[in-house]
Formats: sequence, C-alpha cells, structure tokens
Amino acid sequence: MEKPFAITLDVGSSLANKTGSWRTCRPLYVDRLPPCNNACPAGENIQGWLYHAESGDYEQAWRVLTQDNPMPAVMGRVCYHPCETSCNRGQLDESVGINSVERFLGDQAIKLGWKFNPPETVTGKHVLVVGAGPSGLSAAYHLARLGHRVTIQEAGPFAGGMMRFGIPKYRLPRDVLEAEVQRILDLGVTLQLNTKVENIEESMQTGKFDAAFLAVGAHIAKRAYIPAGEAARLLDAMQVLRGMEGEEKPMLGRRVVVYGGGNTALDVARTAKRLGATDAIIVYRRTREKMPAHDFEVEEALQEGIMIKWLSTIKNMSDEGTLTVEKMELDEKGFPQPTGELETLETDSLVLALGQDVDLSLLDGVPGLEIKDGVVQVSHNMMTGRPGIFAGGDMVPSERTVTIGIGHGKKAARNIDAWLRGELYEPAPKHALAEFRKINPWYYEDAPKTVQPTLDQARRQSTFEEVVGGLNETNALFEARRCLSCGNCFECDNCYGVCPDNAVIKLGPGMRFEFNFDYCKGCGICSVECPCGAITMVPENV
Amino acid sequence: MTATIVKFYQTGTHTVGNRLLDPEHRSVQADMRRTNSLNSGHRACQGCGEALGARYAIDAAMQATDNQLIAANATGCLEVFSTPYPETSWQIPWIHSLFGNTAAVATGIAAALRVKGRTEVRVVAQGGDGGTTDIGFGCLSGMFERNDDVLYICYDNEAYMNTGVQRSSATPGAARTATTPAVGAAPGNVFGQGKNLPLIAMAHEIPYVATAIVSELRDLEAKVKRAMEIRGARYIHIFVPCPLGWGTASNQTIHIARLAKETGVFPVIAAEHGELTKVSKIRKQLPVEDYLKPQRRFAHLFSPTPNLAAIAHIQALADRNIRRFGLIDAAPVGAAAGAGDN
Repeated sequence: MEKPFAITLDVGSSLANKTGSWRTCRPLYVDRLPPCNNACPAGENIQGWLYHAESGDYEQAWRVLTQDNPMPAVMGRVCYHPCETSCNRGQLDESVGINSVERFLGDQAIKLGWKFNPPETVTGKHVLVVGAGPSGLSAAYHLARLGHRVTIQEAGPFAGGMMRFGIPKYRLPRDVLEAEVQRILDLGVTLQLNTKVENIEESMQTGKFDAAFLAVGAHIAKRAYIPAGEAARLLDAMQVLRGMEGEEKPMLGRRVVVYGGGNTALDVARTAKRLGATDAIIVYRRTREKMPAHDFEVEEALQEGIMIKWLSTIKNMSDEGTLTVEKMELDEKGFPQPTGELETLETDSLVLALGQDVDLSLLDGVPGLEIKDGVVQVSHNMMTGRPGIFAGGDMVPSERTVTIGIGHGKKAARNIDAWLRGELYEPAPKHALAEFRKINPWYYEDAPKTVQPTLDQARRQSTFEEVVGGLNETNALFEARRCLSCGNCFECDNCYGVCPDNAVIKLGPGMRFEFNFDYCKGCGICSVECPCGAITMVPENV
Repeated sequence: MTATIVKFYQTGTHTVGNRLLDPEHRSVQADMRRTNSLNSGHRACQGCGEALGARYAIDAAMQATDNQLIAANATGCLEVFSTPYPETSWQIPWIHSLFGNTAAVATGIAAALRVKGRTEVRVVAQGGDGGTTDIGFGCLSGMFERNDDVLYICYDNEAYMNTGVQRSSATPGAARTATTPAVGAAPGNVFGQGKNLPLIAMAHEIPYVATAIVSELRDLEAKVKRAMEIRGARYIHIFVPCPLGWGTASNQTIHIARLAKETGVFPVIAAEHGELTKVSKIRKQLPVEDYLKPQRRFAHLFSPTPNLAAIAHIQALADRNIRRFGLIDAAPVGAAAGAGDN
C-alpha cells in the first residue's frame, strides 16, 4: 500500500495492546442478601418487589411480593416490619417505609381486583390444613399454588384466626382481611368453618388426606390467680377481643384496668377507650424498656390517653371493683421484686392480658409427638414427630406474630410439597449479607421517609376507624424509590461510566454488565464507586 | 440549556445512568452507543483520571456535534499514552501538535474549515495543565483574544506527569513533585501567586468558560454540550486526579476529585462573557485535611509533625473559593456542614 510522506507503518488500533495483563486484582460482580430480605419473617423478596414498584409497575411488584406472602394488605397494616429496623437507609437518613409501600400494593390489588395465577400443575395430593389463621392460610395458598388440593378446617365461624380475633378493627379493617382471604379461596382452596378437628389422626383418615398442617394458634388466655369478690368483673383479653367480633360488644364500664404488658394489653386498652371508657389504665409489673409490646404501639396508646402504671402488680380485687396494687422495684438482674408498698385503684372491670396457651387436645394419642412448654416441637422442616403432620404458627416454639405465622405457612408448604414427592426440601443457599459499609452513600440523594398520615386524636379515641392511613400513588412511588438496592446491581451504569479503560461491557436493560478482562487494568474504581456494593475485588493468580 | 433537573429517581442525578429516566435525559456515558472516543488498550496508568475525563468530554462533544468533530492534542500524558506509533486509541479525527501550539493548530483547523465552508465540523483542542498554563499559554491567550471558534479543554492534573511529575504553574502550594521536594523550611511547592486559568479565560470575556470535575459526570457533560451550542472561543478546565503523581490509590481517583470539590479546593463553575452563570454547590462540606491526607504528595504536611500553617493556608484558599463563588448557600464560611443544592 502507498503510504503518505514519512509514514512507514499502517495505522493500528490500541486494541492490539491487551492492557489486561497489568492486572493484579480483578473486579467481580456479586449479589448480596439485602438486610430487609434477611430480616423478613415471611421471607419476602422485598428488594425484588420494590424494584418493580420503583418503575411504577405495581402489579408486577405485587406479583413478586405474593410469591412469598399472599396477604400484603394485611401485612402492610399489622406487620412489625423488622425489615425497616434493619434497613441500611436508616443509617443514611431514615429507613425505607417498606411496610407502607406493601400496604399500598395490597390495597391497589384489592381495588383493581388482581388475582393469583392458577397452579400450572395438579398433583392429585390432598392436604388438610387445621386452622384458618395467618399460618394456615399461608400454607393453603402455597400448597395450592404448588398444585395440591387443600382443605382448611376452622373451628371458628370466620377465617382469619388471630388476625380477626386478636387484632382490633382500627388496626385491620375486616373488609381488607376478607378480600385477601377470598383471593386465597379463589385458588380452589376449600374452607370448612365451624369444623373443629377433635382428633387429627381420625380427621386425616376420614378425609383421606396425604398430609396435614396444623396451625390452631394460641387462643386460651393465661390466668393469674387474683383473689376477687364474686361480683367483681374480671375478664380476659381474648374474651374482650373476640367479643368485639360479635353483635354484643363487651360491657367494660367507664373505668377499665388491663393487666399485662404485651401488644394484646395495649389492644384491649385502646379498644376499651373506643368503647367509651373514660379511664383505661394498663398495670404492668416492669418498666417501659422491659415491656414486650412494640414501642410505637405504646406511643400511639399514650397519645390516645391510655395511662400506664409501671412497676405494679395486682394483689386482689373487691366486689366494688377496688384493686389493691403493689409497687415493685427491679433488682440488679432486672426482675421485679415486691416492695410491700400498697395502693388502691377503682375500676369497673379488670381485663387480664397475660398471654395465651395452645389448645393441643386434637393431638391426643398421636404417636411420636413431643410437646414442651405447652407447644408442639417441630424439626427444621416444620414436621412434627409424626411423619406427614406438620405444624406452625403460635402452636410451635417461636415469637408470636402474624408475619412469623405467614412465614411458617410458606416454609411448611414447601416442606410438605417435598415430603409428598418423597424428597427433602433444600432451601437455596443464602448470599452474604449486604452491610452498610459496602454501600457508597454519596450516590444516594437525601430523601426522608414519607410518613403515613395518622388519624387525628379525637377521631381515633372514639371510633374504630383505621389509625394509620395509606400512601397514595405519588408518595408510594417516592417511598419505593428510596430503596438503595443494597448488594444487588440495579443497573445504574456507574461501573460502565467510571472505567477509564472502557473495560465494562453494558449488556442492555435487565442483562447487567460484564468485564472485558482483555483491557481491565484492575484499578478498582468500579468497585469503590458502585453505589450498592455489588462489585468486589479479588486477587489475580500472578 | 443547562443540566436537566430530574425528580428523585432513587439515586438522584449522582449515578452515571438511571433506568427510570427517559433515554434523552440519560448521560452520554450511560449510552451503549457512546463513541468511546478514547478506546481500550491505551497505556494510561491504572485509575487514570485524565483518560476518564478525556473520554467523558470528547464523547459528549461527539454527541453534541453529531460526530462532526476534529481534535488537536498537545504533547503530554494524554497524547503519549493514547498514540504510541503506530497505534492509536482515538476513534475520532485527531492530530498531535507540539507541546505549546495546540491552540494555534486548532485555530488553523477552524480557519481551514471556514474557508472550505465546512462550518458544521467543530474543533476541539486539548492538553494537560503543562501544555495549557505554561507552554501553550501564549497561543491560548491569542486564541481567546481573537475569539477563534475552538473549544479548548485543559485536563488539569497539576504537574508534568508524563515526564516524571515535575511542577507546573498549576501545581498547588505545598505539593511535593520531583522538582519541589518536601525538604527545607517550606517543603513542597511554593504557594506563590497562583495562576488560575479559568479566571484568566474569564478575563478575556470569551463566550464560555467552565470548570468541571470527573466525579460530576452529568455536570461535565452538560458543560461540554453548552460549549458546543456556542460559536467562538470556549474554555473548559477539567480537574483530573493522577494516582501516580499524587500518590493515591488507583481506585480513589473519583473519590479524590469529589473531595476536591466538597472541600472547596476546586470550585466547579461556569461563566459566559466573563460573568459567572453557574455554580455547583458543595453538598457536604469537608475540611481540606480530608482531601490532603489520602495524597502522598501532601504526606509531609501530616508527618512527622503536622504542618499546621500550610494546612491553614490551604484551608484559607478553599474558604476563599467558597466565599468568592458562593459554593455554599446561606451558611457561614467554615461551617461544619454545608447546605446541599438539592
């Protein structure tokens, strides 16, 4: 080829120069477990559904959410959201309002009538679920979606379990609950109400069930011995809350004392206030810090004018309703000790909210079962000592919340499904946790959490309307977009942009990126500048 | 048109791309079809800020001109690492001039295009701080004064890096270079009078002057785009950290640039016809120590004994920038936390 003056070589591209040979460290794309997902008792892929909510695709977000939890509208109201407590954004400004977005998605699904996709296969197996509470409904849903036939037998007149009989209306409106229950039944699940399983072995034989999941809950109120006059009005929390579901509301009077320090005690006191009590007083033997109830519920109760007597125990109750209360003090181990100092308290009724026990009579005579501390012991796959009978929710050893119940239902369903196929369910291995120190917070705009509107004081003390309002489409979108996507690439193009050597290949929407190791010099800028900590550096073998 | 104001899209405007933005609002660097003007295989050091800044600027210029662009390049790192004969990393029409005459060569190209009636083809001249603030200063000032239709881009890494880190007139006070060793009563470079080329360019009252930084890509791209909307002499001064010359880890390049802006050491501004038109506010103000400490060229300010006078001097210069350009909104100078610009 004829070359211009003074040119002796052809023009070459620097692509001939494979600068990748300089490298001593190489970048690696990783996925980490977001702290919200890690903390969720129902095992939701929170970051996964927020991803769709961020782009306004609420239906897809709802579909991803309901792969794990069939009741987002309920969950968005009653869950104590440990996801938000562990959210990395909390260290930046405020946690993402995951719970409120979940509620928005759940409400949106009810409003627009979204339905679950029917199962793709039919297995021909039939599973009995005992109890239509959160755990039972969740198990029924997951079993149905896996193609099994499911029958729920519920002792009570309504589905919902503790969601109906333990959680007041002002926290969970019943139409919301009913809509989400109905959607599960629409999958073909059979619900038999007022059907108490007296003996599980018998019920399984009669119905020719291949497996059973027990989730009867804990409905028997614990009692404490309090000497009381015959005319004294002494009730337990379950009676009161269950009574709220009937026609005849419980008669509590103007002055109500609730004994206990859990969420149920607060629910009863707040219910009493709404029923017209002028004084609703909680008596609790320890301090606020030691109270098992969640702090935001204590705060809401105090705002509504509930009074709480800390460090007090009730000694006895007279016919006229005079309570003798003894002051306590905490010893060095934090246990309350009596001081002998007494005082009196006038009341129309005393409600005991001291926790609940499980009615285990249906298990009488079942071989191989282990019962400890009043609850059924299950193995890591949720199966009891009797093969084919699984159990979950409040009747097995665990913290008792709706979300944990839902999680038990899912876990049990997967294990039942595997057991029915003669296999053992192996959960997928978990990624390493995405810690805050792996985040590059510079890239995230400051944006505080959208606080859900709360009903004004006057209205919430006298009505059973919902206390916490919902988000609308605009602020739900904003809230979803506050997610940092900890530990998982969200295709922000930063690595693609910041590489001085063009050694990051963008594969297109949804496909993420890959490194071109022919030219990557291993400088590590991509790893440092990745907002969500999804790139790590590993040494080369040199 | 200035940078598009975007709503809160998870990561605001701070990342390179964003799947939630309309494609026309995304950065050039997020585009799968960006020019990659400075292609892979160049011989710049690991984590080179100049290679990054050059690709950012020229890709943006290519997009703004529909790929009708010619670049003249002064001698310096950028020229040396991108075009060892017979290879080139440039995927655009590109010419290497001498060290000191890039502005004049670009002027000549612009004149030739005008004569040929090819005014749609635009001209960029680029060089390092040595080729711009020292050796090419006369030619550059002439280009400004004649208002030649050229965009001159200076990649400022604050010394002659290509020949082994010798001091230039852009080297900051107290910085150690090969020719300003950290010895004696006043170790490192002298503080001197300073030679602020963006302000000198503004004094020429040319149509457009801007400063930019590799840690603020969107701002950088918006400035190149704006420059390409204007005819006449334009000047953009881009701050590009140099891991080798400054003694920083190769993965810290963008972070160091960010610290330069957040401390007020390097003000990010734009001016038209000599008047300030745009100031990038400090998001979270930091003391200059945060910027100085990670750099080995300033290590002598901290050990064996802290050189408090020199650090205070650098802080005073940063505070002066903050005051002079209004880098912080309604907050007292030297306040611990700056007001954001969100």
